[in-house]
Amino acid sequence: MLRHLLSPLDLSVTETDRLISVAQDIQANPQRYAHVADGKKLATCFYEPSTRTRLSFEAAMLNLGGSVLGFSSAQSSSVSKGESVADTVRVVGCYADVIAMRHPKEGAPMVASLYSPVPIINAGDGGHQHPTQTLTDLLTIRSEKGRLQDLTIGLCGDLKFGRTVHSLITALSRYPDIKFVLISPEELRLPDFVREDVLVKNHIPFEETGRIEDVLPQLDALYMTRVQRERFFNEEDYIRLKDRFILNADKLALAGPEMIVMHPLPRVNEIATEVDDDPRAVYFKQAQYGVYVRMALIMYLLGLEAQPC
Amino acid sequence: MLNISGIEAGYVIDHIKAGSCMRIYKALNLDKFGGEVAIIKNARSRKHGKKDIIKIEGLVELDLNLLGFLDDQITVNVIQRERIIEKKALSLPDEVTDVAVCKNPRCITSAEPGLHQVFVLTDREKRVYRCKYCEEKLQNDG
Repeated sequence: MLRHLLSPLDLSVTETDRLISVAQDIQANPQRYAHVADGKKLATCFYEPSTRTRLSFEAAMLNLGGSVLGFSSAQSSSVSKGESVADTVRVVGCYADVIAMRHPKEGAPMVASLYSPVPIINAGDGGHQHPTQTLTDLLTIRSEKGRLQDLTIGLCGDLKFGRTVHSLITALSRYPDIKFVLISPEELRLPDFVREDVLVKNHIPFEETGRIEDVLPQLDALYMTRVQRERFFNEEDYIRLKDRFILNADKLALAGPEMIVMHPLPRVNEIATEVDDDPRAVYFKQAQYGVYVRMALIMYLLGLEAQPC
Repeated sequence: MLNISGIEAGYVIDHIKAGSCMRIYKALNLDKFGGEVAIIKNARSRKHGKKDIIKIEGLVELDLNLLGFLDDQITVNVIQRERIIEKKALSLPDEVTDVAVCKNPRCITSAEPGLHQVFVLTDREKRVYRCKYCEEKLQNDG
């Protein structure tokens, strides 16, 4: 049966754990995976700008021995002529074996999955979901902390439009003994489709605060996010909120020695560059983990196996 | 109590929340129905104090999913030869299509032509429906 990845919940916990294990094996033994996707093609259909996610998908497919094709903005595709998502994927599905789609409209990859003859991977849809970033984040946490349970995770910044936050909370909520600390201005609090339907419904403990300094000592991981200009209809609101939380060396001194600092990137100024050299800063490693986990995902959706040792 | 003549064959839509019968009437497109329809507002109800009732002469096609979505307390009595032959209790449907429009301006339904507006029941207890595509909560203003 054709499988898609639209939300982190499209993968069971067992499947997610298996993907993470495969990603860790890819990291340890890249040569075993260098030709598993020979002759296969990945199409990247990106309707809004992205550097790292698109390049990460492309690197992943190339590392597996496959090829890539696609477009990187709506202007350079038939959508500028008024083509629907449904028609685009029906056509692109004739050219490729798997499609990674980014779209500014929420739910666009789900529409694509209804019409596509090949697996659709949601590479980010508006402020909604970003499941491959979540797989990246889970791999990062498991690799850096050694576990995906019994953790206190702080999420800071734009929790309203931050799709990586929504996806990560949804996925981590399925592991035992997880607690969330939600750090945001009032206007950018977590939307209720996550707060009510994920946290409250599943009795996951969480607290909300407007001050990062107060909660840093209790965190195992701090997930920083950018306030995204492109999600605001009103520029004044963006300017008022964008500098509310900045992690610098002084604030990081309040955190424990084992806490890791994560960020889905790109960063603007929410993490001062002086933090980059701190061993707790893992956000550039995260980008590398993203390639491994996307390799594992592409293999899984295409039913590909690693070559024997 | 007003006296309204019996129905030979048709429906009595009973236990409608008082004051909302016109919403049900319009949703079922009864304004386009050529047969006899009686609308009774604020009828006495033992359970709720007041209720609305719609009586329809004629076996029109009723969308029970839609009725359940609008008001799951409604009972639909099916009448044949002036007798109730079936009482249909309604429940919230798991999914409804094209009964409302997603209000999220970022939702794909605002851009993709020909896409149906589908809402999925995500919390039966709290009666929450969310857009199938973007998960925005449906504001059911009934």
